[in-house]
Amino acid sequence: MALSVREIHKMYEGKPLLRGVSFEVPDGETVCLLGPSGSGKSTLLRIITGLEAAESGQVLWDGADLAGVPVHQRHFGLMFQDYALFPHRKVAENVAFGLRMQNLPAPEINQRVNEALERVNMAGFANRRVTDLSGGEQQRVALARALAPRPLLLMLDEPLGALDRALREQLGQFLRELLHETQIPAIYVTHDQEEAFAIADRLVLLNEGRVEQDGAPDQVYNRPVSVWAARFLGLTNVLPGTVVKRHPLQVKTALGVFRPVEVEPTEPVGSEVSLLFRPTAARVGSENGGENSLTGIVEDTTFRGESYRVTLRCVDHSVFQFYLPDPLPVHSKVTLVLEPNEMVCLK
Amino acid sequence: MIQPATGTALKSRGNWGVLALWLLPLLFLGLFFFAPLISVFKLAGEAAVTAAPQANLLDRITRPLGFTFYQAALSTLATLALGLPAAYIFGRYTFPGKSLLRVLTTLPFILPTVVVAAAFNALIGPRGWINLGLMNLFNLTAPPLQMLNSLPAILIAHVFYNTTIVIRVVGSAWSQLDPRMEQASRVLGATPLKTLREVTLPLLRPAILAAGLLVFMFDFTSFGVILLLGGPQFATLEVEIYIQALHMLNLPLAGLLSAVQLLCTLGFTIAYSRASLHLNVPLAPRLQGEGMRRIRTWREKLLVGVTIILLAVLLVLPLAALGARSVVRLEADRGERGGVQTGLTLDYYRELFVNRRQSLFYVPPIEAARNSLVYAGTTVLFSLTLGFLASSALARRARINRVLDPLLMLPLGTSAVTLGLGFIVVFSRPPFDPGSFPLLIPLAHSLVALPFVVRTLLPALRSIPISLRQAAGVLGASPLRTWWEVDLPIITRAAMVSAVFAFTISLGEFGATSFLARPEYPTLPVAIYRFIGQPGALNYGQALAMSTLLMLVCGLGILLIERMRLPGLREDW
Repeated sequence: MALSVREIHKMYEGKPLLRGVSFEVPDGETVCLLGPSGSGKSTLLRIITGLEAAESGQVLWDGADLAGVPVHQRHFGLMFQDYALFPHRKVAENVAFGLRMQNLPAPEINQRVNEALERVNMAGFANRRVTDLSGGEQQRVALARALAPRPLLLMLDEPLGALDRALREQLGQFLRELLHETQIPAIYVTHDQEEAFAIADRLVLLNEGRVEQDGAPDQVYNRPVSVWAARFLGLTNVLPGTVVKRHPLQVKTALGVFRPVEVEPTEPVGSEVSLLFRPTAARVGSENGGENSLTGIVEDTTFRGESYRVTLRCVDHSVFQFYLPDPLPVHSKVTLVLEPNEMVCLK
Repeated sequence: MIQPATGTALKSRGNWGVLALWLLPLLFLGLFFFAPLISVFKLAGEAAVTAAPQANLLDRITRPLGFTFYQAALSTLATLALGLPAAYIFGRYTFPGKSLLRVLTTLPFILPTVVVAAAFNALIGPRGWINLGLMNLFNLTAPPLQMLNSLPAILIAHVFYNTTIVIRVVGSAWSQLDPRMEQASRVLGATPLKTLREVTLPLLRPAILAAGLLVFMFDFTSFGVILLLGGPQFATLEVEIYIQALHMLNLPLAGLLSAVQLLCTLGFTIAYSRASLHLNVPLAPRLQGEGMRRIRTWREKLLVGVTIILLAVLLVLPLAALGARSVVRLEADRGERGGVQTGLTLDYYRELFVNRRQSLFYVPPIEAARNSLVYAGTTVLFSLTLGFLASSALARRARINRVLDPLLMLPLGTSAVTLGLGFIVVFSRPPFDPGSFPLLIPLAHSLVALPFVVRTLLPALRSIPISLRQAAGVLGASPLRTWWEVDLPIITRAAMVSAVFAFTISLGEFGATSFLARPEYPTLPVAIYRFIGQPGALNYGQALAMSTLLMLVCGLGILLIERMRLPGLREDW
């Protein structure tokens, strides 16, 4: 176990920003801190680096409390959101900074600067001014600067946030390979779930200063623990209901009865739950009504390339969106049948 | 920074309009700045030719020159020593009383030299609080501390004056400095001290250099402080010019000294504009107030506490001493014998309105005050008119601005004494005569005020996005109408700030005025200088009373300026 963060509390301008955050970063893993802006992700990073102090809680490295260790002795790497390259230093000097702080001999510094620049494909840029670089180039220099001192832990704060879409995908791919290759444990902060899915070995979902969910990306996506988690991951088809029966599970809602596949542990009979329908759950059914089906008016059909996104408005005015292989005429009344294993019962 | 693409696009149709705007300011500068300067140079040239054989001529120039450099360098170092920590706490910390302290630090900026000299006189002079207190305490007959007429007195007054500049320029740069730079350095393993040396100071270097140069330039051309606090044995170039021109009536030597002085300040001005070019380069995009933090550790408390106390002592003590000394009688009036009634008194203020001596050449202070007000009003009129024209021209993109902008700033770096000398040389020929000199005073004051006015108006003008004007134009407003409806409301506040600036500058101007004021038309600073040098408690008291009034007016000015300052705009000095 490399890094563990325990029960961090932090106030910001009189309001609680972090309310007991705990998670762990095992050796060689990339953990994604995922949460909406303002959820305290960046602050958490700054607390781990020692740039800010928490009101309570611990940051441990290999079991040792870092409370008394100043920033410059933690040997962590942090890549800042807008890179924070030193404008008065050239590319190579920026990369060399951390090595110089370790008082390494000049030849070794040179060698490691070159290695780091090569690793990020910026070998030819050593003598350029950082202010002359494009956003993507600056990002790679910042990465080289953070990697060159061989930090025990690398933290990346929205590393792709300032880049345009094409560059994001390209550099996201590059980052994934690099983190995998170097095997440096990493914390990757983002608010973009696709980015997080792509890069993370584990996801830590932050909501209002608390860890909402912590797990492997596919596990988090397939079994979100709450309506909030589901919505944040882009799963918006949620319908409230009541558990009426277990083994097999049966949930009663305003739009009829649904029988999602049961995953232990299930809620007791009578408890209020929410049903989540994945967007891929539906196919057009012939029967009118019945279990596991939604009937409503097609409000909109949008062509999305690989499928059509159909917006359905049901009698209780709740709205659902599904991806279907064929378009449905707008204003028509349809019944959609849902796959039981594409329904999730949420607390 | 001029962006070449838009610059050339606008240049083709803008140049004539810009030139038209420049016409009046250039005419003014030509007549009242360059003509006097050129005549000083001519005078110097002639003097150099005719007086060259004099063996001690070189010595008579190099001695004051050497001392000027020496005291300016010492003053600058002392100013930076206090100013940099102060800039740091202003740029990086929020603490209670910060805005009050900020207002306090702007006070010296606008306080007349004569007032500051009088304030230090009231504190450390032979008749000041400290000496009178010690005399009382130990029953001494003579003041024990000879602080006046010494180099430390000059240095302290210069630090008093110029710390503000360091706080403004460096503090502003410090607060603009992206705190992530320092954080990045810390995460990369640098200790706080190394971070300061490797990251913070290099990034602040342009600001520190610019502030240091500006301070050095002001110390180099300092006149009132040295004349009143240093005394004759500490003759800088300025004081030597004044003595040679007005006391020794050796105009050629004064001209020669002025020429040397001008060459020096020209060099500093060029160096300063070079240095300040880099000031406006944004280091990184940042949120407002992001780098500010509260004071937490005891070390921070110590640093902030000590700096605040030092600043407060330096800034408040002399001014408080001045105000207090002007309402307390501590020594005998001239001619009074026996027991002196000491205690609180408003006599010194009452006497300001009385022509006690019934003498022709004695002018009661109230008349000096009236003269000062008339000159100040005229100065506001002149400098604002010229300043509007010049800054409207500067706000446009035209290549000619690059040449004319530094030209406009030249009077800032030129010593007022040299200016006064130049005025005397040019305007003592027919159709002018020495009797017309007082009419020149507001013109000289406008020259001094103009750079300040322009530097206040210009950021406001530049802050108006071009799209606003374009929108007004598209909506059917003529250029004049656009100016009236869009520009004017936005720059009104800046105009008021610069009016207060010009007014207080004129009220306190001493260097040029000391050359131009006739005995029968003194201004307040000239009257203070006369009174403070004369024996007798009444004269001293009246000098301090006038200084106190001047200080209050200037303090009021500062308050007005702080009130009217546009949020988010900073003057670019």
